[in-house]
Amino acid sequence: MTIITPINSDSINSEPALTTRKLTLAYDQAIVLNELDLAIPSGKITALVGSNGCGKSTLLRGLARLLKPVKGTVYLDSASIFKLSTKEVAKRLGMLPQSPVAPEGLTVRELVAQGRYPHQGWLQQWSEEDERFTEQALAITKMTELAERPLDSLSGGQRQRAWIAMALAQNTAILLLDEPTTFLDLAYQIEILDLLYDLNQVEERTIVMVLHDLNQACRYADFIIALRKGQIVAQGVPTDVMTEGMVREVFDVESRIVKDPVSGTPMCIPIGRRSRSSTSNN
Amino acid sequence: MTNSWLVIRTQKSLLSMRIDRRVPWVLLVLIIMTLMVMVISIGYGEYPIPPLDVIKTILGLPTNNPDYNFVIHTLRLPRVITAFLVGTALAIAGAIMQGLTRNPLAAPEIIGVEAGAGLVAVAMIVLFPSVPIFLLPIAAFTGAFVAAVLVYLLAWENGSSPIRLILVGIGVGAIASALTSVMITFGEISDVSQALVWLAGSVYGRTWEHIQALLPWLIVFIPASLLLARELNTLNLGDEVARGLGSRVEWQRGLLLLTCVALSGASVATAGTIGFVGLMAPHLARQLVGNAHEGLVPTSALVGGLIVSFADLLGRSLFAPIELPCGVVTAAVGAPYFLYLLYRNRNA
Repeated sequence: MTIITPINSDSINSEPALTTRKLTLAYDQAIVLNELDLAIPSGKITALVGSNGCGKSTLLRGLARLLKPVKGTVYLDSASIFKLSTKEVAKRLGMLPQSPVAPEGLTVRELVAQGRYPHQGWLQQWSEEDERFTEQALAITKMTELAERPLDSLSGGQRQRAWIAMALAQNTAILLLDEPTTFLDLAYQIEILDLLYDLNQVEERTIVMVLHDLNQACRYADFIIALRKGQIVAQGVPTDVMTEGMVREVFDVESRIVKDPVSGTPMCIPIGRRSRSSTSNN
Repeated sequence: MTNSWLVIRTQKSLLSMRIDRRVPWVLLVLIIMTLMVMVISIGYGEYPIPPLDVIKTILGLPTNNPDYNFVIHTLRLPRVITAFLVGTALAIAGAIMQGLTRNPLAAPEIIGVEAGAGLVAVAMIVLFPSVPIFLLPIAAFTGAFVAAVLVYLLAWENGSSPIRLILVGIGVGAIASALTSVMITFGEISDVSQALVWLAGSVYGRTWEHIQALLPWLIVFIPASLLLARELNTLNLGDEVARGLGSRVEWQRGLLLLTCVALSGASVATAGTIGFVGLMAPHLARQLVGNAHEGLVPTSALVGGLIVSFADLLGRSLFAPIELPCGVVTAAVGAPYFLYLLYRNRNA
């Protein structure tokens, strides 16, 4: 079990890993994000939070150059991501979409080996380095024993670990994940988040993830970006961002912010009608 | 450690690759089986030739019957080779199509290749009976290509999506088949029966000229398919993941579709519509060597070649002296197999 300590705001001061300048993203004609200026801190865990349809997944896809902006651009180490070749980007930035689907019968090792794609060419299809990073990714995610198993025979949590292992084999400094914990049981959720936290701590990878659960975001992220209707409502360290006002603005929910008894990070307790009536009864 | 893979690396690390450990053995067995079927098929007929003499004649060794040379080299060998090559091409096209659409039930038929080829070929036979028959393959190939391009363009919307390709392909295929039926219904009866034989898919009477016309396509696009096999592994994970891994998805998909259309178009032009090979062969190959396309594509190719070679032999021998077109045999086996796959897929 990892022990999580809150991080001060002044610890985020290194060069940003990803920057956006006037980033405008749209599906067909409908603009989802309008002229967004953003800096993702390097070597930290950043969580994107917000209600459904606020544009957080769109933003992640935009950062991963999967969605071409209508206007503005994304900078990866000060170079526009669209000026770099897509393979070049893939060596530095990995992206795991929400609930990806593997073809029937694909084994875990075959999937993880796919992560080496950007490092391979027509002559170099399976170098020693490819093998090393694949085995390493399997080991880190504790999937070595299951490596020969087909993906469709695994549990949800194991499957998600296999996909994360693929992203790890890609060996990128930046890792983007879209809701890596959806559809998972609580135990698996914590397992995945702990794994990502360790990756960040040990290998100093920059991790950006969309998270649904505010309290998990507060616990695991160094930096939180809260979105509402394609606009940034708040960004910063959890202790600064998590206020009752922010929760009201982003989610339209009244809440109380308390201290997480385990980690000391802020914890949001939503106030619904049910909780009010029960307090009045006491 | 990676015991399911066979890893090949040159000493100075110029070159490295991996394939499933089973692939070399499976390929070897398939080659031996295909050669056996071919020898039997060449020996079989109204004028039987013992297998040993077949082999001797092909290798150019003297036999005690001077007729063998003519019967084998002029009549039977081109037919048997055509059957093998056509099966190979159809199977690779099928493997590509199943990989691209991420659908194990897909086949080259899906992008309208065969319906397009059929329409143009039947139109030529029925509407312009005076046009020389040696132009038929060219017409069929044109039809295949036009249909495929049409499907690709109609399915394009901010990029090509596999599911739109399937739907538009089925639509275009249905229109082409309907028009083909109209021509069969109203055409001259003798022309129509000729068209029907062609539609059923047969390697009857194929000569070295047919092989000469087919071979250039295979020489270019079979190696292309082997080079692109790796890309199929990546595309198989879905567009988002593939793009995240740095694959130029639209470009790779375009190249793969082109390869698929060229291979299936060339084989349809040569032998008509031999159905279900593109569906069955990749499936059987997947059972043999697994999912990785580096091994799956060549294995499918040999399985397809074997299927059509064997189907042609069966078609000739089952109801001899009546000859069934090999397309009828593959359909007779393929249709139940397809249903079985549907059933298994539903219950998976």
